[in-house]
Amino acid sequence: MKTTTTLTALTLALLASTAQAEIRLGASLSATGPAAFLGDPEAKTLEMLVEEMNANGGLNGEEIVLTLYDDGGDPNKARTFATRLIEDDGVVAIIGGSTTGTTMAIADLAEDEGIPFISLAGAVSIIDPVREFVFKTPHTDRMACEKIFTDMKAQGTTTIGMISGTDGFGASMQAQCKEVAGDYDITIAADETYGPADADMTPQLTNIANTDGIQAVLNPGFGQGPAVVTRNYAQLGIELPLYQSHGVASDGFIELAGAEAANGIRLPGTALLIADILPDDDVQKEVVTSYKAAFEEKTGQTVSTFGGYAHDAFALMTDAITRAGSDDPQAIRDALEATDGLVGTTGIYTFSETDHLGLDLSAFRMLEITDGGWSSVE
Amino acid sequence: MLSTKWLQLAVLAVLIALLPLLFPSGYYYRIGALIFVNALAVTGLVILVGWAGQISLGHAGFAGIGAYACALAPEHLGLHPALAVLLGAGISAALAALIGRPILRLKGYYLGVATLGFGILVTMVLTNERVWTGGPDGMSVAELGLRDLLRDMGVRISGGVFWYWFCGLVLLIGAWFALNLYDSATGRALRALHGSEVAASTIGIDVPKLKLQAFVISAVYASVAGSLLALQNRFITPDVAGFMHSIEMVTMAVLGGVGSVFGAIFGAVILTLLPQVLTVFAEYEQLVLGAVMILVMIFLPRGLLPSIAARLKRKSS
Amino acid sequence: MESLLQFLFSGLTVGAVYALVALGFTIISNASDVVNFAQGEFVMLGGMITVFAHEAGVPLALAAVLAILLTAAVGVALNKLAIEPARGAPVVSVIIITIGASILIRGASQLIFDKQLHRLPSFSGDAPIRIGGATLLPQSLWVIGGALVVFVALWLFFTRTLTGKAVLATANNRLAAQLVGINTRAIMTLSFALSAAIGALAGVLATPITLVSYDVGVALALKGFAAAMLGGMGNPKGALVGGLLLGLFEALTAGYISSQYKEAVAFIVILAVLFAMPQGLFGAKSTERV
Repeated sequence: MKTTTTLTALTLALLASTAQAEIRLGASLSATGPAAFLGDPEAKTLEMLVEEMNANGGLNGEEIVLTLYDDGGDPNKARTFATRLIEDDGVVAIIGGSTTGTTMAIADLAEDEGIPFISLAGAVSIIDPVREFVFKTPHTDRMACEKIFTDMKAQGTTTIGMISGTDGFGASMQAQCKEVAGDYDITIAADETYGPADADMTPQLTNIANTDGIQAVLNPGFGQGPAVVTRNYAQLGIELPLYQSHGVASDGFIELAGAEAANGIRLPGTALLIADILPDDDVQKEVVTSYKAAFEEKTGQTVSTFGGYAHDAFALMTDAITRAGSDDPQAIRDALEATDGLVGTTGIYTFSETDHLGLDLSAFRMLEITDGGWSSVE
Repeated sequence: MLSTKWLQLAVLAVLIALLPLLFPSGYYYRIGALIFVNALAVTGLVILVGWAGQISLGHAGFAGIGAYACALAPEHLGLHPALAVLLGAGISAALAALIGRPILRLKGYYLGVATLGFGILVTMVLTNERVWTGGPDGMSVAELGLRDLLRDMGVRISGGVFWYWFCGLVLLIGAWFALNLYDSATGRALRALHGSEVAASTIGIDVPKLKLQAFVISAVYASVAGSLLALQNRFITPDVAGFMHSIEMVTMAVLGGVGSVFGAIFGAVILTLLPQVLTVFAEYEQLVLGAVMILVMIFLPRGLLPSIAARLKRKSS
Repeated sequence: MESLLQFLFSGLTVGAVYALVALGFTIISNASDVVNFAQGEFVMLGGMITVFAHEAGVPLALAAVLAILLTAAVGVALNKLAIEPARGAPVVSVIIITIGASILIRGASQLIFDKQLHRLPSFSGDAPIRIGGATLLPQSLWVIGGALVVFVALWLFFTRTLTGKAVLATANNRLAAQLVGINTRAIMTLSFALSAAIGALAGVLATPITLVSYDVGVALALKGFAAAMLGGMGNPKGALVGGLLLGLFEALTAGYISSQYKEAVAFIVILAVLFAMPQGLFGAKSTERV
């Protein structure tokens, strides 16, 4: 009788301890729906990295359990899944929010419940004003504008035209660019838009081309819009420099737009896109090359900056958990905020109490598309 | 099935009250609240589609108006969110009355497309007017303040639990109103015109006026549901008014059984739970949803609830 | 002046795609009185199947033919498995069924293909053609030409061939058609196959310009439907004119008024037409027997 009780007690204790010997990570991404080509590489990246880390002994000696939900780009669903992650799955940290809309839905909850949350979306409003538990990895759309305007100013451009997508990303970046243009002595003389599913933007581009004094054109947007804009641009024979946004920082864009039409386009990208031509002493070289190789081998798709955002979020989170030495959400958050100089694919992160983005403009590289590939113009 | 109105309401109230005993975590309260919100919107659709026999493929537009009223009115007009709900309902009713007259002269697919167009136009305005609505990224919604009120009175409950009870209460009220309508002269007239508009008009029913009433009432239901969603999410985006959301609403109505309030609730339960249940197979969710829609419509054309009820009746007889 | 011409070219190109989708709607509506909300998915399938077949090494022309045939098969399956079993169901049910079919096809495409954007190489190159100061892509000529060819073929089919007349007869009165010996089942199968094939053709022709991904079907179906309504549901001439007009409205609005609300124009026009002229531009006024 006594042996059975001891045995039962021991087994229970063993089971209890194995139940605790795992770190629960949650994610809500837009793997399907209108933002699928953001969320799809992000989901694949997270799954790949968790598998890799578990195969190499786990985190703090414990297995990482990833609970990944697909919110389809719907903020209502994102909030429901975030509730599920926190209340039902008992996660200690969340990575997710492929779009700004889904991020805002999750962020509120994460902040209320005290769960550290790293967002993968672009809007500056995610980390400005700073919220205790909300961080993000991608550059803000504002920074993209600043990077582009810096380059334009260096080229002596003072008057530009803009053509933006009316989706969340395009509209947000359009608003930010209009706000900061004045700081770089740039006037926006034409301001056109297109719907994310539109097939032909020649009317809008014709209007821009006919506006006097335009020296360059900027196209905030992502998905098929910029590819169509680029093709129309070439079709209309517009010779002015065309700037794209970091929303199309992927090899897929060059393919869709056509190498010929895309030639000469400049956009702010991350080191990930020029992994092959980075000098060996570049701090990011190792991280980007290994991620690129792993991702391309695992999925058969070319690497994109969006997957890179997820990679960095995972790196930041696991680094924080390692430094915290526990899986207490508050401890993880504190360790996260103390991150200093972590090298990711998007840039080098240093968080602080007032800065939950951790990047500055230097992490952005001004790239140009030449001969169907990427080259740096810095 | 259950014949008296009070019996039906009592069953609903008991279900709402007892369900939380089964909830292992706060997440289930959230699902419950979502089901109630959806059921409320779909009850309105039952009045329009099931009883009056019309079609609306753009009803989420009214939900969007109700939702954004709760976001915009406190922000720009300083209105208390509770009043904003009423404002949203009022605007939806007015808009429905305005466009209802010309739209309801149409029938069948034409009516469907016209309502579709309305819904899309609402979404477009909400998306494009960035300065007011925050654009496609949405805007945050003010706190309703009821929980703080309760806390001052000494009752502390979490957000998830509060919204479960609040939405359940609103649903009960909505169901009560709909069931009342069903038994009233207006309700009988609505059902008569579903059978045949020409026949109904020959016995003196003012068909256009009645259709408009049904349209306006269902718009108010959708609006309040949208408001509740906005208030509990504390954040709203234009796709609350979108085409897919409209289709979801109509599907819930038709799936559950478009002729009854309980059918509406049943449909809401199924379609709200489906994505939660399928999370492991999230990739297959669309496939399953499409298949369910087709199969139920073919094999159980009156909806799931009436078909199940009929089967139970046959078994007992 | 050249701006106007450019806007017109843009409108005609996009409008031709809408016209092809609307023509697909017309055929099914003519045969069965059903509005097939899955029509846009046929366009998507046409593009996607061609892309994937081409990437797997099949020559472009053959890939296109393969895509059209496979999509026609999907159309036939849709009819057999979803529409036929629901004969006589109320309009709301049929709408749910076809929308359900559209969701199902999209869900399947996600799994069979992928979620990325894809493109096809242009059939005759990308060198823009300059006409009167405006430019036109060679592919646009393919799309516009395709729409015209399909229209003429359909017009001839419905007015000159016995089978075509049989289709119209089936739509008019199914029982009467059966009584005079028309095999209405075969007619229905043919109609869906034809409609799907036209949709697929639209996808093949348009993908070099518009790109394709698994979810392009919804927006296209809506626009094509609006175009068909504008022209008069059930009338091929109406579908062609409706599609081109819709494209032109959009382009002119984007060019002269506001690019933000160019989508709104399409739906405002639809609502206006529905209120003022529900039968569309070319539809016949119908009377209802009580």
